[in-house]
Amino acid sequence: MTGLSKRTFVQLAGWGSLAAIAALSGCGKKEETTPAAATPPPASAAMAAAPAPAASGPLKIAFAYVGPVGDGGWTFAHDNARKALEKELGDKIQTSFVEKVPEAADAERVFRDMASQGNKLIFGTTFGYMEPMLKVAADLPDVKFEHATGYKTAPNMNVYDSRTYEGAYMAGVIAGGMTKTNTLGVVGSIPIPEVIRNINSFTLGAQSVNPKVKTKVVWVNEWFNPPKETEAAQSLINGGADVLMQNTDSSAVLQTAGKAGKYAFGWDSDMTAYAPNAHLASSIINWAPYYIKTTKDALAGTWKGDQHSWWGVKEGAIDIVSISDKVPADVKAKVDQVKAGLKDGSFVIWKGPITNNEGKEVLAAGTSADDKFLGGINFFVKGVEGKVPGGDKK
Amino acid sequence: MDQVALLIAATLNSGTVLAFAALGLLINERAGIVNLGAEGMMLVAAVAGFAAAVHTGNDWIAFGAGALAGAVLAAAFGALVIWLNTNQYATGLALSLFGTGFSAFVGIPYTQEKLGERASFEIPGLADLPFVGPAFFRQHPMVYIAIALTIAIAWFLYRSRAGLVLRAVGESPESAHALGYPVRRIRLAAVIFGGALCGVAGAYISVVYTHLWVEGMIAGKGWIALALTTFATWRPARVLLGAYLFGGVTMLQFQLQGEGVQISSQFLTMLPYLATILVLVLISRNASFIRVNMPASIGKPFFPG
Repeated sequence: MTGLSKRTFVQLAGWGSLAAIAALSGCGKKEETTPAAATPPPASAAMAAAPAPAASGPLKIAFAYVGPVGDGGWTFAHDNARKALEKELGDKIQTSFVEKVPEAADAERVFRDMASQGNKLIFGTTFGYMEPMLKVAADLPDVKFEHATGYKTAPNMNVYDSRTYEGAYMAGVIAGGMTKTNTLGVVGSIPIPEVIRNINSFTLGAQSVNPKVKTKVVWVNEWFNPPKETEAAQSLINGGADVLMQNTDSSAVLQTAGKAGKYAFGWDSDMTAYAPNAHLASSIINWAPYYIKTTKDALAGTWKGDQHSWWGVKEGAIDIVSISDKVPADVKAKVDQVKAGLKDGSFVIWKGPITNNEGKEVLAAGTSADDKFLGGINFFVKGVEGKVPGGDKK
Repeated sequence: MDQVALLIAATLNSGTVLAFAALGLLINERAGIVNLGAEGMMLVAAVAGFAAAVHTGNDWIAFGAGALAGAVLAAAFGALVIWLNTNQYATGLALSLFGTGFSAFVGIPYTQEKLGERASFEIPGLADLPFVGPAFFRQHPMVYIAIALTIAIAWFLYRSRAGLVLRAVGESPESAHALGYPVRRIRLAAVIFGGALCGVAGAYISVVYTHLWVEGMIAGKGWIALALTTFATWRPARVLLGAYLFGGVTMLQFQLQGEGVQISSQFLTMLPYLATILVLVLISRNASFIRVNMPASIGKPFFPG
């Protein structure tokens, strides 16, 4: 084993792996862009200037996802809406997406990159993109930005969100009707007002058919971590919960419930296939109506910035689907009743009197909560066990 | 009492993953090689095992596929580290990063796949005993295999000639070489075996523990397994107990949350990692204690003749 042959071997190995990486990365890039038009330029050749604005060429739209398209939950729902958008508007638009963009400074680079490739309408699908998007929006006034679940806007940036709490309430109605132990469990992701509101709405829904239920909550402190979600779900089942709900992004909770012979719901997307015996219903988000509306506005030149859109059942953004046959007919009827009431605005979920789980009344009798109240929910309603992590500030 | 039984059952399940990986790393380190690529190997094995389970529907083939994937990666690592004498830590880290990316890439078509409804296991008769039944006897066979493996490895290391040679290689490869033992081949065998066990652990997570494939799903368990081997001062029985301890802390934190215990959940999430650091500090304070158990040539390259 003289040094010379080893050196040559190492050199060959080095060049060989470099060549392999170059070849593989060539294949990898193509995974990410989905052209709707006939001959799209490849993403790597985007150094060429963007096509002249408006009149010629399809509108280029880009999506930034926080998770993998295959999560079967949050990001999957966004991507389904993107596909629906393509189907609806055909060759007037050309969409692409980048998945697993972290909620950090790197997101800014991704947005700038998307803009430099000629995308004129950019969607960021998670809260953590807010600051990076604002920065890029300030620098690029003729690109339109849409931010999901945030709260800051700009003349060329809108905020959009979905009333997931309506889906949570309807799931709660089913849960209340199905539980035998009167203990429900929720696997919580991150303790922000949106998630706390969903837990509360779930409990309120269950209490509307079964006043005796109580809800246990366990936090995984992440949006997406299947092994942890499994452990959290297991500990809720160990604690006596027989119907589970989640605010996390994968189907692990549902599968764990299936393994243990309990019930659970799909969240964000239809998760029936993951555990058909355990699945009671899926509370899904349909982002397509909003995406189609805002894209049509952009195409027609009527797109306006500084908007906050919060769509729910009424606008077709939230629904509860694939309700299992195991759910008794009277419970199903109640769900349909609630859905119809939400659609025509006659039913209000957050209507006083509502007490928090420390006995204090947080919403007076007869008052309907406004969006501001809903956006800042920082307490648990009566029936939910435990304290909100971070403490009550109300 | 029922809750405690269920907690024990969950702990056994959760600790088994760490046990397999840590036992594999134990053999590695006893031969003097530190394989920091545990996380990468487990991820590739997880996707390999999941793919095998999707295509064949057989769990055991899935474990085999995972073990094979782990062994192949470990063999590549071994060739670099043992024959080309690259820095073990750097190579291990490179393997870890490679495994993370490669598994994500290969796993793209599998992210939406589902395995069929899984069987639940129990030992007939014993499973119905009060308390101990649900606590100990309703586990997947791999849990019991992990315990058997620990005993086998302990016997191998301390009671068999081959184990003695392995330990000698880890303590002083020069002396072993002088005695005529094929040091490099022994180290490679240890590395491959360790990789295979890490692979089994990875496949267990995607096929038994969670029934899903998503990228990054190992979420740090590989690193915990590495810490665990040191925490257990390189003794198999302690590795197994340490694995259950960590598994237990993780499950305990969810249990406590569900009980409404008012400790912040972020603190509870931190506990397993905090426990590792604490133990590392404690055992590092007693230098002689470490020296008694740590293979003397761990991490050092070996140049024959």
